Amino acid sequence: MTTYLIKGVSVLGGPATDLVIRDGVVAQMGNDLSAVDAREIDAGGLVALPGLVDLHTHLREPGREDAETVETGSRAAAMGGYTAVCAMANTSPVADTAGVVEQVWRLGREAGLVDVQPVGAVTVGLEGTQLAELGAMADSAAQVRIFSDDGHCVSDPRLMRRALEYVKAFDGVVAQHAEEPRLTVGAQMHEGEVAAGLGMTGWPAVAEESIIARDVLLAEHVGARLHVCHVSTAGSVEILRWAKRRGVRVTAEVTPHHLLLTDERATSYDPVFKVNPPLRTASDVAALRTALIEGVVDIIATDHAPHTLEDKECEWAYARPGMVGLETALSIVVDVALDTLGWDGIAERMSRTPARIAGLTDHGLDIGVGVPANITLVDPAARWRVEPADLASRSRNTPYAGLTLPARVVATFLRGEPTVLDGKAVK
Amino acid sequence: MIRHLLSAADLDAATATLVLDTAHEMALLADREVKKLPTLRGRTVVNLFYEDSTRTRISFEAAAKRLSADVINFSAKGSSVSKGESLKDTALTLQAMGADGVVVRHPASGAPHRLAHWVDGSVLNAGDGTHEHPTQALLDAYTMRSRLGRLEGLNVAIVGDVLHSRVARSNVLLLHTLGAKVTLVAPPTLLPVGVEAWPARTSYQLDSVLPDSDVVMMLRVQRERMDEAYFPSAREYSRRYGLDTARMRRLPEHAIVMHPGPMNRGMEITPEVADSVRSTIVEQVANGVSVRMAVLYLLLGGKV
Repeated sequence: MTTYLIKGVSVLGGPATDLVIRDGVVAQMGNDLSAVDAREIDAGGLVALPGLVDLHTHLREPGREDAETVETGSRAAAMGGYTAVCAMANTSPVADTAGVVEQVWRLGREAGLVDVQPVGAVTVGLEGTQLAELGAMADSAAQVRIFSDDGHCVSDPRLMRRALEYVKAFDGVVAQHAEEPRLTVGAQMHEGEVAAGLGMTGWPAVAEESIIARDVLLAEHVGARLHVCHVSTAGSVEILRWAKRRGVRVTAEVTPHHLLLTDERATSYDPVFKVNPPLRTASDVAALRTALIEGVVDIIATDHAPHTLEDKECEWAYARPGMVGLETALSIVVDVALDTLGWDGIAERMSRTPARIAGLTDHGLDIGVGVPANITLVDPAARWRVEPADLASRSRNTPYAGLTLPARVVATFLRGEPTVLDGKAVK
Repeated sequence: MIRHLLSAADLDAATATLVLDTAHEMALLADREVKKLPTLRGRTVVNLFYEDSTRTRISFEAAAKRLSADVINFSAKGSSVSKGESLKDTALTLQAMGADGVVVRHPASGAPHRLAHWVDGSVLNAGDGTHEHPTQALLDAYTMRSRLGRLEGLNVAIVGDVLHSRVARSNVLLLHTLGAKVTLVAPPTLLPVGVEAWPARTSYQLDSVLPDSDVVMMLRVQRERMDEAYFPSAREYSRRYGLDTARMRRLPEHAIVMHPGPMNRGMEITPEVADSVRSTIVEQVANGVSVRMAVLYLLLGGKV
């Protein structure tokens, strides 16, 4: 195993220091370090973060390997500074059995670019009628702790209650895709002025908020943990703020795109901006940014959702919802929140807290001697232009094409091994 | 210069007026023995219809033929489209065939906007989903102007399923541009959330709007909407929002009654009203050809 000597890096924006990475851990930390046979990395001006953790990634394998595979998605994650991703269950077949989650977990290990932690489905086939074998998935080699029907809402209140209760037995958490399906039949975009003008069926904010309100009450009632996926509205933030004040064990995520983009993008009718939940209004964006800073929304998760060209190069109504995000997430967060959160705040929301929610004990740890070397080096001064063709993901459906973003990932280390060096994927 | 007609918002007042004036010239042609102009000889117009709409397709076809264009009718049914060809591939095919104009009717809102990215010719939106139908708005404006002599300051009530109506959207935009005052009348369930931002007033009460209306335009209301709980029953809908003889009497003497067709007689409009002297419904069809001739002439002739 190669030893790495990282010179003059700023850990979380602090004073420049040297790091020696050896045998998978941070072996030394201090000034003017030297190490025999070490590969030296000049990290002057770079910031070191604990490796990022994404609680919400679609890797599409098994089933849609034409859109993404565990390997290509892992590479995209590494390029974005991630060392662990939670792979959502809406594959084909659905990750609703120990067999499928172990397959995804094993593919992740083979790719070896990030730790791939499978998410298990809450219900069989994501159909919302019968609980999947949650315990079997928890006991499998994949040791599943997060359960989600993401893409679908567990809308039956009784089933949701049971799921919340049941996973307490193995310290699991249900991650809810909050969308009351009866309120979003045929929905194409945020219901509001823009949709009215464009003649598109609206996805009302209340469809999200009503489920979150119900679920925080259920979680409180049964004393269970709840995680809310991709919070997108100002009203959801208010409900979460209320629930947290009451002591409900709820965590929530927001995506980079909901922190930056609004429903005005739909006026192009370009389905690259079609996503579920949809892009909302400027006041929702403002409320989400505030909530992220205040900690009402705990983390940033990408909801990286690769889709093939033919699923996006078509009429809006026929396009699949979702956008890729692993390679742009950190830059977007730096763009919208570095000045308020600082690097420590970003590490909290993109590494420590998501690792804690997912139960990933090797991740989200502050950089220090003896700690597993899951580290991301960022050049905060760099600016780069998003070129879809340059993305490591197999899919090209980024909403940021042509946009110039701040901050670039220069290197990513997974347990002491670089997955990205000089801004390029190592393997 | 506009290249495409995707939305009524593409037309400023001067351009819209030019279309209406040109349509008037075209209408005079209809009274001549030879109804044909050589203007678009050698140009190709494709009618690309993803929805059945005999009325609109025939109107565009007649318009293009009277301008001597070559017309190709491409219906999605029984074509490569039903075999799964994408809109983009269809567009590239039309492009390769050298279509100068593509008239598109599509069930998905925004499909003409997408199409415009992929073809060099002019794209004319002939109705997209629940979005817009700009030539319908032009022919409605033309009909109002020829019956009432002006558009500026007219009070126009648009009544019915505004939420799902492309006719309403295009009319609101165009009539606002041309200085008319629009009031949308519908049950609250059939007005879109966000309608407050439109340049129009709204009302839930048809009876109170009628006495001040110069024009009342009835929209088609599908009976199936009651299955989605937009209203309790067809009978209740027509009682509250349908135009019958008694209601028609509340209109000022000079007011006209319009309908874009096809009508649900007995639902939003009674046969007596539809066939009354106030009704412009048949006239609208005739004006449709003149207006579409004007649009094709101006867009393809490069005159706008």
